[in-house]
Amino acid sequence: MNFIRKSLDNLKKPFGKGQKLEKFAPAFNAFDTLLFVPNHTTKKGAHIRDAVDLKRTMVTVIFALLPALIYGIYNTGYQHYIQIEESFTFLEAFIHGSWKIIPMIIVSYVVGLSIEFGFAVYRGEEVNEGYLVTGLLIPMIMPVDIPLWMVGISTAFAVLVAKEAFGGTGMNILNPALTARAFAFFAYPTYMSGNKVWVSEAGNIDAISGETILGTLAAGGEVNYSMMEMFQGSIPGSIAETSTLWVAVGALILILTGVGSWRIISGGIIGAAIMGLLFNLWGANELMSFSWLNHLVVGGFAFGIVFMATDPVSGTQTTKGKWIYGFLVGIFCIMIRVFNPAYPEGVMLAILLMNVFAPTIDHYVVNGNINKRKKRWALASKELKTA
Amino acid sequence: MEVIKRIETRRGANLSLNGIAEKILDKTLSINTYGLRPDDFFGTTSKLCLKEGSNILAGAPVFYSKKTPDIKIVSPISGTIKKILRGPKRKIENIIIESSTNQESIIHEVKGWKKMDINNLKQLLMESGNWSFIHQRPYGIMANPLDTPKSIFVSTAKTDPLGEDYHFVLKEDQKEFQLGIDLLNRLVDQPVFLGLDKSFPGYFESIEGVQHYSFEGPHPAGNLSLHIQKLSPLNMNDHVWTVNPEDVVNIGRFVSSGVFSPQRTIAVSGNAVKNPKYFRTKIGAELAPILNKVGIKFDNVRVINGDVLTGNTAFISGHLGYFNNLVTVIPEGSHYRMFGWLPFKDNKILSLSNTSLSRLFNRKGFEVDTNLNGEERALVVTGEMEKFFPLDIYPMQLIKACMTEDIEKMEALGIYEVVPEDFGLVDYANTSKIEAQEIIRQGIELMINEVG
Repeated sequence: MNFIRKSLDNLKKPFGKGQKLEKFAPAFNAFDTLLFVPNHTTKKGAHIRDAVDLKRTMVTVIFALLPALIYGIYNTGYQHYIQIEESFTFLEAFIHGSWKIIPMIIVSYVVGLSIEFGFAVYRGEEVNEGYLVTGLLIPMIMPVDIPLWMVGISTAFAVLVAKEAFGGTGMNILNPALTARAFAFFAYPTYMSGNKVWVSEAGNIDAISGETILGTLAAGGEVNYSMMEMFQGSIPGSIAETSTLWVAVGALILILTGVGSWRIISGGIIGAAIMGLLFNLWGANELMSFSWLNHLVVGGFAFGIVFMATDPVSGTQTTKGKWIYGFLVGIFCIMIRVFNPAYPEGVMLAILLMNVFAPTIDHYVVNGNINKRKKRWALASKELKTA
Repeated sequence: MEVIKRIETRRGANLSLNGIAEKILDKTLSINTYGLRPDDFFGTTSKLCLKEGSNILAGAPVFYSKKTPDIKIVSPISGTIKKILRGPKRKIENIIIESSTNQESIIHEVKGWKKMDINNLKQLLMESGNWSFIHQRPYGIMANPLDTPKSIFVSTAKTDPLGEDYHFVLKEDQKEFQLGIDLLNRLVDQPVFLGLDKSFPGYFESIEGVQHYSFEGPHPAGNLSLHIQKLSPLNMNDHVWTVNPEDVVNIGRFVSSGVFSPQRTIAVSGNAVKNPKYFRTKIGAELAPILNKVGIKFDNVRVINGDVLTGNTAFISGHLGYFNNLVTVIPEGSHYRMFGWLPFKDNKILSLSNTSLSRLFNRKGFEVDTNLNGEERALVVTGEMEKFFPLDIYPMQLIKACMTEDIEKMEALGIYEVVPEDFGLVDYANTSKIEAQEIIRQGIELMINEVG
C-alpha cells in the first residue's frame, strides 16, 4: 500500500499548485481519491468528521442496483432463448445478456465521465461522484436492443442538458438518467416502443412477439404471464426494471443504509395502490381492470420509485415534501399508464413531471415554517403595541 | 423547586469519544503567561488600552469594544503586557500578559448593588469587565447594554462531546452562583431561566429566584438555542441574553468582593490526553503547563479550545480561550485510507450514517482524529441535517439562504434563532462535508453588518 501511495504521490507532482498540469488536477484527483481517501484534515468548523462521504453514499446505491442488474443480464438471455425456442443453460443466458449489456454500460460511462471530467477541469472543481450512479442507471432502463450510438447520444444529452447546463451535480432539476431515457424515447420512438425492441435480437426473427405487458394491455390484448412471473421479472421489458423482487432487495439496501428515502418509496407505493384501486373500481378497459397489485409489479414502477424518484437532487428535500412527492409520483404513474396508451410506461413521465414540481412542493412546506414564524412575530408586535 | 417546562428532543446524537476528563480537580497549576484573544468576542472590534511593555493590575482594562467603548475586557492577573501578536492587516490576535510575583487587583465599590440604579449597575459591570460575560441572541455576540432583554438564560449542563460537568466544576460555589443570579435578575423583567439536566445533579435546583426548566435528549439538547426557542422564542427586535454558569459565579464573586473574578475550571479531555482531568485556573492561562501535566500521547495533535464540534483551534504554545470550560486534545489525522469509501469498511471510525457498522461494533468509546474522511462536494444528500437539528428550522434551506446572501430569506428561515454552534453536528454528519458552521457564521456577520 505504501508503494502505491508513493508512486501516486510521484505521479501527482506535475499536477500540483503552480506546476504545468495544474489545470488537470481534478482529473488526476478523481483517480487518486478512488484509490485512497485523501489525507485532508479539518480546517474550520467541526474538528472531527463522519466516515461517510459522497463516494460511500454513491457506491451504496451501486450496490443496491447490482441485484437488479445481474438479474436483468440473466433475463435478457432468458427472454432471447425462450422466444427463439432454443434450449439454454443459466450460464448461456447470462453470457448472452452480458454480451448485450456490458458494452452499453461501457458506452454510458465513457461518454458521461468524459463530459464530467471535461467540465470539472473547465470549472476547476473536483469531479463529483454522482455520475457513477447515473452512468449505471442509463443502460439499466434502456430496451436491450437499442443501438450503442443511441445510448451514447442519450447519455451526452442527459449530462449536458439535464445536468451541466444547470450547474452540475446538486443543481439539476431533472433526473439525468431519466432524461436520457426520455430523450431516447422521444427522439427515436420506433426503437423505444413496439414489440421488437424488448427482447434481445427479436428484430432479426420474424415470428416472435416480445411485447411488454403494458404494451399488450394498451393494445387491448391479453396478458399471458402470471403474477409470480411479473414479480420475479421473467418478462420482457427494459433491461433491469422487470424484476420487482430484486428491485425490492435494492430498496431494502437503500432504506437500511438510509441512503434512499423510505418516505418517497412508501408514498409512491401508497399512491400507486390507491390509484390502481380506483381504476379497478371503474374498470372501463383492459388497463383499468388490470389488478392494482399487478400494476405495482409490472413495468418500471418499482424500479422508478426505488432508484429514480429517490434521487435526492431532483426530488423533494423536506420530510413532508418527500411524502407528497412520492405519493404523487405513484398517482401519476398509474394515471398516465391508464389514460394514455401511447405512453404505457407512465413512471418515467410521472417522475420527470414531479421532478419539475419538487421545488414547488418544498417551497410550500418550507413556507409553512416561515409563516409560523411570521405569525409569531406579528403576534408579538401586536402585544407590544397593546402593552 | 417547580420545573416550568421539560424540553425533550430525539433529534441529535451523542458522540461517545474516548478521553473524558476524570472528576479530579487539580488546583496546583503555576501559570506564567495569560493571553486574551479579541477573536473570542465575535462581532466586536477591539481597541487596545495599553502598549506592549506597560504594567497592568488585575482587573484593569486591556482592550475595549470600538462600538461601545464602555465595555472593557480586563486583565485576569497583574503583570506586564509582554507581547501583542498581530495577524494580517495588523489585526490583534493575542495579547500576552506576563504574571508578576505580586498580585494586586483593582477593587470596585459594590456595596448597595441591590438598590443601585440600573444604569449605574450596568456601568459598574462594564467598567469592571463583567459585562464581557453576557451574550445576546440573536447572533451570539456580546450583549448591548442599551437593550432590555426579554429574558436571560443560564444552562447548567452541556451535551457536547466530552463536555464539562458544571455540577462538578461549580460544586463549591453555590453562594456565588446565587449572588450572580440575583444580579442578573436585576437586569431583566422576568426571573432568569435556569436549565437543568433531567437528573437534577447538585445544588442548581435549590437556586432561588429563577424559572427552572429541564432538558433531555441527545446533543444538541443542551444548546441554548433550543431552550430559547421553546421557552422564550425570539421575535423581531427581541433580545435574549445568555451567561455561562461559571461566569454567573464570577459575577457573583465580583458583587461580593468588588474584585473581577476570572476563574476558569476546565476539563482537559480527548483521546490524545494521557490523564484527562479538571484544572482550576484563570481566563487565558497558557496551555503548555496544563498539557504537560496531563501528558500528551501523540506528537502531532490538535489542541481545541472547546469541544471537538464547535471549538477553536489553539496551539500547544497557545492560551485558554475566554469562555470555554473545555480543552480537547485529539491526534491530527493526516493519513490516507485505501478504498476508505467502501461502505462498511473502516468501522473503527465513528459514523452516524448507516453505511458504517461503527456503532454496532463499538458501543463504548471511539478514538477520533481530524481527518476529513473525504472531500467537500456539492450538497446532494437531503434529510440528513434535520436528523441532528432539533430546532424548528429547516437547516439546509437556511444554509443555502446564507450561501446566496439572501437576507430576507435568512430572516424568514430563522437566522435570528441560531448560532454557529447549533450546526456542529451538521458539520460532523453531512455527507458533502459542507462547512455549515462557517457558512452560518458568515451569514450572521452579514446580518450584523446589513441589519444590525
